[in-house]
Amino acid sequence: MELVHGSGGRAMADLIDGLFVKAFSNPWLDKRNDQACFSVPAGRLVMTTDSFVVSPLFFPGGDIGDLAVNGTLNDVAVAGARPLYLSAGFILEEGFPLKDLKRIVESMAAASGNAGVPIVTGDTKVVERGKGDGVFINTTGVGIIEADVDISADRAQPGDAILLSGSIGDHGVAVMASRNHLKFETAITSDTAALHGLVAAMLSATTRIHAMRDPTRGGLATTLNEIAEQSGVGILLDEDRIPIKKEVLAVCELLGLDPLYVANEGKLVAICAAEDAEGLLAAMSKHPLGKDAAIIGKVVEDPRSYVQMRTALGGKRIVQWLTGEQLPRIC
Amino acid sequence: MKYIEEFRRNDAGKAILKNLAAETDPGRTYRFMEFCGGHTHAIYRYGLLDLLPGNIEMVHGPGCPVCVLPKSRLDAAIFLAKEPGVILCTYGDMIRVPATSRDTLYKAKAAGADVAMVYSALDSLAVARENPDRTVVFFAVGFETTTPPTASVIRRARDEGLRNFLVFSNHVLTTPALKIILDTGPSVALNGFIGPGHVSTVIGSDAYLPVVKEYRRPLVIAGFEPLDILQAVLMLVRQVNGNRFDVENEYTRSATREGNVKARALMDEVLEMRDTFGWRGLGLIPRSALKIRPTYAAFDAEARWDLAVFDHRECEDDEKGCACGEILQGRKKPKDCPLFARVCTPENPVGACMVSSEGACAAYYLYGYGVGRK
Repeated sequence: MELVHGSGGRAMADLIDGLFVKAFSNPWLDKRNDQACFSVPAGRLVMTTDSFVVSPLFFPGGDIGDLAVNGTLNDVAVAGARPLYLSAGFILEEGFPLKDLKRIVESMAAASGNAGVPIVTGDTKVVERGKGDGVFINTTGVGIIEADVDISADRAQPGDAILLSGSIGDHGVAVMASRNHLKFETAITSDTAALHGLVAAMLSATTRIHAMRDPTRGGLATTLNEIAEQSGVGILLDEDRIPIKKEVLAVCELLGLDPLYVANEGKLVAICAAEDAEGLLAAMSKHPLGKDAAIIGKVVEDPRSYVQMRTALGGKRIVQWLTGEQLPRIC
Repeated sequence: MKYIEEFRRNDAGKAILKNLAAETDPGRTYRFMEFCGGHTHAIYRYGLLDLLPGNIEMVHGPGCPVCVLPKSRLDAAIFLAKEPGVILCTYGDMIRVPATSRDTLYKAKAAGADVAMVYSALDSLAVARENPDRTVVFFAVGFETTTPPTASVIRRARDEGLRNFLVFSNHVLTTPALKIILDTGPSVALNGFIGPGHVSTVIGSDAYLPVVKEYRRPLVIAGFEPLDILQAVLMLVRQVNGNRFDVENEYTRSATREGNVKARALMDEVLEMRDTFGWRGLGLIPRSALKIRPTYAAFDAEARWDLAVFDHRECEDDEKGCACGEILQGRKKPKDCPLFARVCTPENPVGACMVSSEGACAAYYLYGYGVGRK
């Protein structure tokens, strides 16, 4: 990448045409306007934005491009919305290899194509060497809520069941495997995935989902603490029921990490009334992205909004908010 | 990786608990100290306190090398990190521990010092090889578990002829600390110890025989899975009931009677005993810590820099109200500290016990606070 690629001139137009528009091609983007114009079906509009700064850019199971598309699609999906369109903004550092950019763009095109959600508008900027860590990507997504759902983090109620769509910690461990100074062999790949298909299957089973969120940075523990606090309730988890891959558990034990706090990129937590739980679980289990789904706990009354967990042996522990970054054990 | 699921099995755990319930004498209290911070964490993380009979009390010990490091030594490390050309390699735990005036390696890093987090001593050696024009200093902390790796990398550095690698040794020893606890420790008598698992892998279970014989208290070495700890508690209860005081080993899959002879030989080749060393909370303990031998002075940060100004003089160097020292001695519990969770939290730690992943306060805050019995 050179600064001239971001200057607004011929070089930039060529880059956009030759790389972005070619890869993402769709009727809106092909028009090469500064905006995309579209109608939306009837319903409530949902909009979300996220920026992606993961390091390293490429890791087992995916890259920053996959996260940039799937992450934003998921934030739309967990509102109970059908994603419609995406935007993508790039901040590139001077000197960033074009072949890496191409690889990332191709990942995004594939993720967008698989999801059936086009990237209809975008932006490119280039900053001087040293002023950006390779590439930062921002994506914004819009979606439409057609069903009669009311999903919000403040709607969890005592007695509700808590469902998790699959194993925790895959993404965080996969990323750690690629970082400097922390090299080890592992068969774990990032679980990055677009969840709107799973959500659609869930909504066919019941529209009475109270709260739903995809646990990313900070892991399952952070998401549950957020919901507990916003809803003014407590949560009681069953450690035995939380799905986790043996390899992820082993790596976490080795490094002194608690898998509850390790990042995910293709999982969701759903909270619904107790009577709807079995039906919801059945619908999730039938979908490829929900085959390891489980009911992992319940919502309880608690003015302190604690998240507690019954450990495998029947003892109890609290699941605190994450403090800082997870640090490894010393000996 | 084996040994995780097997040692968390519900049915086996219930069986041990059943035995405990049957064999604890309802007419007495059992007070056991888990020496190692790793055990404190495991106890809270698996919610074991709820499961133990009500007349068994677990007392937290000083086996957290980050916690017992006096602020003055951390001040020295921060000084080294700020020296021109230095890359200070450190275990992750040390990065947020507050030194004097609440300075931390983290703050030094944010202000431009080159502080690199490493998982092992070997990583720091790699940093030295990859950065021949920089001076790499490894901030070595730990009981006997991490000491052999430190000795190993110093010897490797010598064998490879590295000229830019130094170690700042803060390694401490387990049995002197055990003795101090028994001499001056909790005002309420301890009935026995859960011995540190990984330390014992290095020093061997026989290393505890003198202390156990002299002070007539049983010690059972335990692993770190919930079944390990429960089984060790049961073994302690049985000894106490039988008026025995022996060294027993629950962690047989890792620790033996003689320990790792090769590792100890390596330690002995590279390191030697300090006359005295200051421990946070326990005070000055003679012959309780290790420094680098003169033959390896080329790799000794204390030979390259004059760090005497950081010499530990005062033991009472903790902030007002901070009960770290007393918690390390087993005299107080985290919830007895007036600062706990009010002023002192993991985000804003006052003492090392709240930062270290083996600190009692961190363990209680992360896993035990507000739930269960303690």
